[in-house]
Parts: sequence; structure tokens; C-alpha cells
Amino acid sequence: MSLLPYVVAVWLMGVGLYGIVTSRDLIHLVICLSVLQSSSYLVLLAIGYLDDAQAPIFADVPLGTRAVDPVVQALTLTDVVVGTTVTALLLALSVQAHKRYGTLDPQELRPERRTRTHD
Amino acid sequence: MSDRVRLGVFGVSLAGLLGLVMWAFVGLPDFGDYRGPYGDILNRVAVPERSTTDVVTAVNFDYRGFDTLGEEFILFTAVIGVASILRTLRGERTRPPDDDAAGRDVPETSLPIRVTGLGLVAPTVLIGIYIVAHGHQTPGGGFQGGVILATALLLTYLSADYMTLRAVGPNWLIELAEGLGAAGFALIGVAGLVFGSAFFENVLGKGTPGELPSAGLIPLSNAAVGLAVTGGFIFMLSEFLEQALTRRRDRRRGRGARRSA
Repeated sequence: MSLLPYVVAVWLMGVGLYGIVTSRDLIHLVICLSVLQSSSYLVLLAIGYLDDAQAPIFADVPLGTRAVDPVVQALTLTDVVVGTTVTALLLALSVQAHKRYGTLDPQELRPERRTRTHD
Repeated sequence: MSDRVRLGVFGVSLAGLLGLVMWAFVGLPDFGDYRGPYGDILNRVAVPERSTTDVVTAVNFDYRGFDTLGEEFILFTAVIGVASILRTLRGERTRPPDDDAAGRDVPETSLPIRVTGLGLVAPTVLIGIYIVAHGHQTPGGGFQGGVILATALLLTYLSADYMTLRAVGPNWLIELAEGLGAAGFALIGVAGLVFGSAFFENVLGKGTPGELPSAGLIPLSNAAVGLAVTGGFIFMLSEFLEQALTRRRDRRRGRGARRSA
């Protein structure tokens, strides 16, 4: 039980990588990358988790109440922001790739197979 | 390399990688057995030291404020990147915005969607501002609230059309918000240098924990980041919409035509 979050993180990493390698569509590939990255959220949050503890918010509980680690939660926020920006940039690149080559299939976009149907 | 060979090589590497990662995880303390010390120290000192009841925000905008400035500028750079990738290319023209997909007309937005969408705009704006303003007390802050605020503008696109979106959020206003927010957050850091002794030092009065005006510079940082994130997200969303709705290949002039906008 105590390893479960880490096992799930490894699983997310594995399926994300598998999706990226076998992807036949750039949009699908970007989403697979998001899945891969979500494993890092899980690892961060799991490392800071404490049994029988509350969130590190002391708005309505007295100071000194057992709480989980706020540092990794702050890091997860950074992680989410970086993930969003990477997704946005890759989607923008996918739009341009589709316009230029008329396909979203990464296999077709390989240099040796590339045919310029558009442009 | 054939697909089969590639998949084989990938399978072997993946098994190796995941094995190593799992091995690393086994060496970590058990789940639920966090041993600190930084989190425990912060949970003890953040409320008396910074008057924030949300320790995560205290970490983000005070103890680790410098890193968050970097994070903010990652977003800023990405917005610029999206804008330059999605610029009007050679051989493209800009035309009046039109909802269509490869020649198929899109049916007009139905009344229920219009009413629900427009009805949701005001509550969404309110929730967004609330999340930004109370970032130092309860979960939330500039990043989370900013994304919610950007959603409000997207609702106007869903319930009206692209031109309404442009009218409500013209480009100059969006860019102003993005720029002011990012610069404001950096200047708040400089204020620590000018009035205190370190970058991002919290030099304003701390107030009482749990009250809205408290925690010194943290609510101001949240407001600046909220502004920048709202501007940045709306800018990216409207870039994608502009791309889909107004850019077409220029068939009349074809290859080598000069950039048209």
C-alpha cells in the first residue's frame, strides 16, 4: 500500500512514453506528454504526504496542527504551469506542421517520408 | 528503422528505465511518512512570520518568490513563443472570421448555450477575482485565479462569436494586462531591494493573519501574477482562435506571395 502512489507514477510515465513513441497524431502525442508529466505531480505530492495530516492551510485550524509538506505542493504548481506552457507551444507547432505538410502523423513527418502536399 | 524494431528497442529501454525509477522510489521514505524538515519548519513559522494562513502561497510568493518570478517569465516567454509560431506565414491571407470546418458550415449557437454562457461570465469573473484576492488565506492565488478569469472571456466566444471576443478583449488591453502583470511582479521583487535588504523581501506591514489586507506584499504579488496569467492565457487562446478562424492559404497569389497582414 505504501508504494501505491509511486507504482501509479511509474505506470503513468510508462503509458505516457508508450503513447508518445507509438503516436500517429501530434495532438494525441501532446496529450500523452501531459500524461507523462502528470506522473511528476504525483511523485512530488506523494513525497510530501503525511498520514493523518491536513492541508497546509491554517485558515480555520489552530497553528501546529499536523500538516503535509507545503514545499512540494508549491513545486507542483510550478510543474503545472510549465506543463501548460509546453502543451501550448507544442499545439502551436502542430498547427503549423499541419498547415505546412497537410498531416498530423509524426510518421509521415519524418524527413525521408515527407512530401509537401501543401505549400 | 522499421516500426517493429523501433518498438522493440523502445520496449527494452522502457523496461530498464521504469525498473530504475521504481528502484529509486523504493529507497524513498514510505508514502505517508514525510520526515521534513523544511515543510515542518514552514508549517510552524509561516503563519506568525508572514501572516499568511495558506503556507503554499507563502512559499510561492515569499520564501521562494524568486523562483516564482522565473516561473512567471516561463509563461511570458511561452506566450511570446505561441504568438510568433502562429504568425501569418508567407502565402497566407487573413480573412473575416468565420466558423467553418473544411467547407462545412457550423450551425448557429443555440439559445440555451448563449444564455448559459453569458450567464456564467459574471460568476466566473467573480470567482476568479475571489481566488486571486484570497490567495494568501485559502487555496488559490494568482495562477489559479488568472486561469479562471481567462475562462470568462472564452465563455463570451462560446456564447457569442469571435468578433464579440475581440470587442470585449481587444489585443492592446490583453497585452497591457500581460505586460503590466509581469513587470509589476518583478517590481514587487525590486521593492524588497529598495526598502529592505533582499530581492522579494516582504517589506510591507504584515497585518493580522486571516484578514484580507494582511501578509504584506503577497496579495500584491498575487494580483500582479493574476493579471499576467489572465492576459497570457487570453492572448494564447485568441491566437489559436485567430489561427483557426481567420487564416487561410492564399490561393489567389500562391507560393511566394508576400506576407499579407
